[in-house]
Amino acid sequence: MSGLSFHLPALQVLVPLMAAPLCFLLRKEELAQALTVAVSFACFAISTELLGQVLDGTVLVYEFGGWARPFGIEYRVDVLNAFVLVTVSMMAAIVFLAGTGQARRAIPPGREYLFYSAALLCLTGLLGVTITGDVFNVFVFLEISSLSSYILIALGRERRALMAAFSYLIMGTIGATFLLIGIGLMYQMTGTLNMVDMADRLQAVNHTRTVLVALAFVVVGISMKLAVFPLHQWLPNAYSFAPPVVSAFLAATATKVAYYMLIRFCLGIFGAVFVFETVGIDRLLLPLSVLAMFMGSIAAIYQTDFKRLLAYSSIAQIGYMTLGLSLATEAGLAAGIIHLFNHALMKGALFLVAACVTWRMGGTKIAAMRGLGQRMPFTMAALVVGGLALIGVPGTVGFVSKWALVSAALEQDALFLAFLIMASSVFAVVYVWRLVEVVYFAEPDGEIEKKEAPLRLLIPTWILAAASIYLGFFSGFAVTVSEIAAAQIFRVGM
Amino acid sequence: MGMDAQAALVASLGLPLLGAVGVQLLGRLASANVRDTWTVLVGLATFGSVIQLIAPVMDAAHPSLWLPGWMSGIGLGFEVEPLGLLFGLLASGLWILTSIYGFGYMRGHDEPNQTRFFTCFAVAISAALGIAFAGDLVTLFLFYEILTFSTYPLVTHAGTEAAVRAGRLYLGILVSTSVLFLLLAILWTGVIADTLRFTSGGILEGKIQGPAAGLLLLLFAYGAGKAALMPFHRWLPAAMVAPTPVSALLHAVAVVKAGVFSVLKIAVYVFGIDFLAKDGLSNILMIVAAVTILAASIRALTLDNLKARLAYSTISQLSYIVLGAALATPAAAMGAGLHILIHALGKITLFFVAGAVYVVAHKTEVSQLDGLGRRMPLTFGAFCVASFSIIGLPPLGGAWSKWFLVTGAFEAGHVWMGVVFLVSSLLSIGYLMPIVVRAFFKPLPEGETEGLKEAPMLMLVPILATAFACLLIFFYADAAYQLLAPAMGLAG
Repeated sequence: MSGLSFHLPALQVLVPLMAAPLCFLLRKEELAQALTVAVSFACFAISTELLGQVLDGTVLVYEFGGWARPFGIEYRVDVLNAFVLVTVSMMAAIVFLAGTGQARRAIPPGREYLFYSAALLCLTGLLGVTITGDVFNVFVFLEISSLSSYILIALGRERRALMAAFSYLIMGTIGATFLLIGIGLMYQMTGTLNMVDMADRLQAVNHTRTVLVALAFVVVGISMKLAVFPLHQWLPNAYSFAPPVVSAFLAATATKVAYYMLIRFCLGIFGAVFVFETVGIDRLLLPLSVLAMFMGSIAAIYQTDFKRLLAYSSIAQIGYMTLGLSLATEAGLAAGIIHLFNHALMKGALFLVAACVTWRMGGTKIAAMRGLGQRMPFTMAALVVGGLALIGVPGTVGFVSKWALVSAALEQDALFLAFLIMASSVFAVVYVWRLVEVVYFAEPDGEIEKKEAPLRLLIPTWILAAASIYLGFFSGFAVTVSEIAAAQIFRVGM
Repeated sequence: MGMDAQAALVASLGLPLLGAVGVQLLGRLASANVRDTWTVLVGLATFGSVIQLIAPVMDAAHPSLWLPGWMSGIGLGFEVEPLGLLFGLLASGLWILTSIYGFGYMRGHDEPNQTRFFTCFAVAISAALGIAFAGDLVTLFLFYEILTFSTYPLVTHAGTEAAVRAGRLYLGILVSTSVLFLLLAILWTGVIADTLRFTSGGILEGKIQGPAAGLLLLLFAYGAGKAALMPFHRWLPAAMVAPTPVSALLHAVAVVKAGVFSVLKIAVYVFGIDFLAKDGLSNILMIVAAVTILAASIRALTLDNLKARLAYSTISQLSYIVLGAALATPAAAMGAGLHILIHALGKITLFFVAGAVYVVAHKTEVSQLDGLGRRMPLTFGAFCVASFSIIGLPPLGGAWSKWFLVTGAFEAGHVWMGVVFLVSSLLSIGYLMPIVVRAFFKPLPEGETEGLKEAPMLMLVPILATAFACLLIFFYADAAYQLLAPAMGLAG
């Protein structure tokens, strides 16, 4: 292989990285947005191509500057991270179609290019974390994405956005520090930063307390980023005060990448045998996941703000993903991976609905959404689709996830756990239906004038909503990919 | 020659949807008469397509249609078998009559949002046919949920606080039971049986036994919350807040029958009758159904509101079918299948009458009906005929289904269950006959004028048609028997 296609793994990260300062130079909002969207689509194209190349089980290794490991940094693409790359870049491409998503109020006029610069940097970081085969590189890219996401969150319209960004910064930094300490300990024990080498050499020393402590630091650090219950405190504020487009982007990508990191570190580096059999991390992760499913959903029922409701629902949905991992089987992991993708679609669609509502109403208070079904019929139809997907109604992507997850639980003879998963989705029915009642059955206050959100918001919203239905019916490809990915990573750890 | 069987299958599923789209368009563009004529035409065409399926099914061919490409290993597909065909005929045939009745009711009552009403109605019928013809459990579940959601706007049609609250209960119970129990049971079946297709003789035999199998059966029975097994029956009386045509077609026929049909279909095609009969697998379900039959009948005795009384009568009668499935003998299953058809004809007539009384005389309580039979003799005559059928007296259809159910109970050696059927018949005399007696033999209250005042023609004709059908089915029950016999393992 030679030429451009050989360098695809590098381009995956370099293209958005180069474009970020370019946005800064372009200055004009329209140009900056056009560039951001174009770059995101290019990333999407690259990641699709990469996924196509690795689907047969080959692992692409790209050595930077031709320096082989252990001297250089290498990028490694297997089915799992190619799938995550596709998810992240696809969501970025669709969400950035919506632009900043707000009437020019929060961002000082003429400074919108900064939003796009930060967004591209964030995308760079997320893609970098996903593609790299070097643990220190993971940390560096994680910081790039985190720092730029603090900026993005702080752009929210209310002053409380600053507070939310600040507390996310504190929590995120603690998480990153934990991760770094863990990586340091692992380096100390193995003398390498390359994931493959590290995985090899850890086998010999994984009876030591140092490795055990390293695992603890790494898992806690990542869990912070992933907002695993009870480390989720930063998430509701960050998502509800950030500009809605940013919430859509972060909800669809940042937590997904954190989930990927958890899988990569646990299974790809420490190895399934060590993590599940020796340490038994599933015994901790499983109850926490179940708690997240219930606490998140129950908290969502009591929210008075639409975006906050979505944020709490995310905590519950993250619970489904970690539950998949904690089943400690291939089927369970595949369920988690498919939900990573499916949840990105539906939550992206719902946060974009929030963006439409914000654009039109100036806020997302649920009480202010009374009768919106008549005023914004298309937006609200998308809300219903997204809501049904969250519940897991058949014909939506949510059903595909639930099917995979419950089947995986039943294969373990965990009938009660399967029942709990079902029970938690009943709470989803409650919070979704509360919205539907307000939107369709409450009398609107004031004028009933039909006024939809602008097309640049509505189109990406509906792309995601339509995908939530289409891929609910034709889920074969995504399911197959997630199964291959799960099988591959499990084998690595064996 | 009829059309190709597969085309008929597609048509019967698609036509109601086309109908819904047409109602929306015509509701905006044309007059109410055009819109309503369209509904009837689509209804006739749908019924016609379902009728086309009879011949192939009688020839033991099962027209089917599988769409590839849903989740790995799970298709989305349809397969017409006798039981589903019977349910399909019932739903699509009564849709026509209910539509005609609905025009009379909605206009006589000047209801708002008629277009939305008839649109949702058409979608609900499409969903009912999807359930009827579902080829596997997932398809059944999909249409089961569509039926729930499409009937929600019908239940809350009035838009009042009470209607919204009833709607919440309706949706809450139906969705949570289906998600909590039915979906779980389906997934469980999928994991242990490796297939979800409805198969003659069942797919579970040898895959699961003991208490686990009993639990799975209960999950299915409670998961089909539309069957209104106690204690998950409260949604049905709550749904009576809907306009009467909805109560008539959906809460006497399409929705509730979708529930018991699912239970029966699962009993026959997932468990298999032979498997169910083993080791007292279905004993608990039998007891639950028997308790529901008796408790709901007793509750019906105490209610004064006519529609509420009919609702509890429905709850009781639905459990006849569940009990028939649980008894797990060919005769009992046959009785259950026939009862789906025969109870539907009787109960829809009773609801039609309740609606007519409301439109003509604005009366809703049983205690207000004194002497009304002399003003509306045809209407109450129909009520009387349908009541006899529900009670199970010959020469009305109800006699046959009860005959098979009681025979089945004795065959299975569950004498007590036979007694439950007989006691329940007595109770149904107790809650239905006083209505007839009041209407015909008590004097009108002070200040009300004598003299005929029948329901409008659009309502009266369907009432008489369904009442007549109750009579007719007694003489032509053999046709239904022949249709169902192969499915139940009986000689034709």
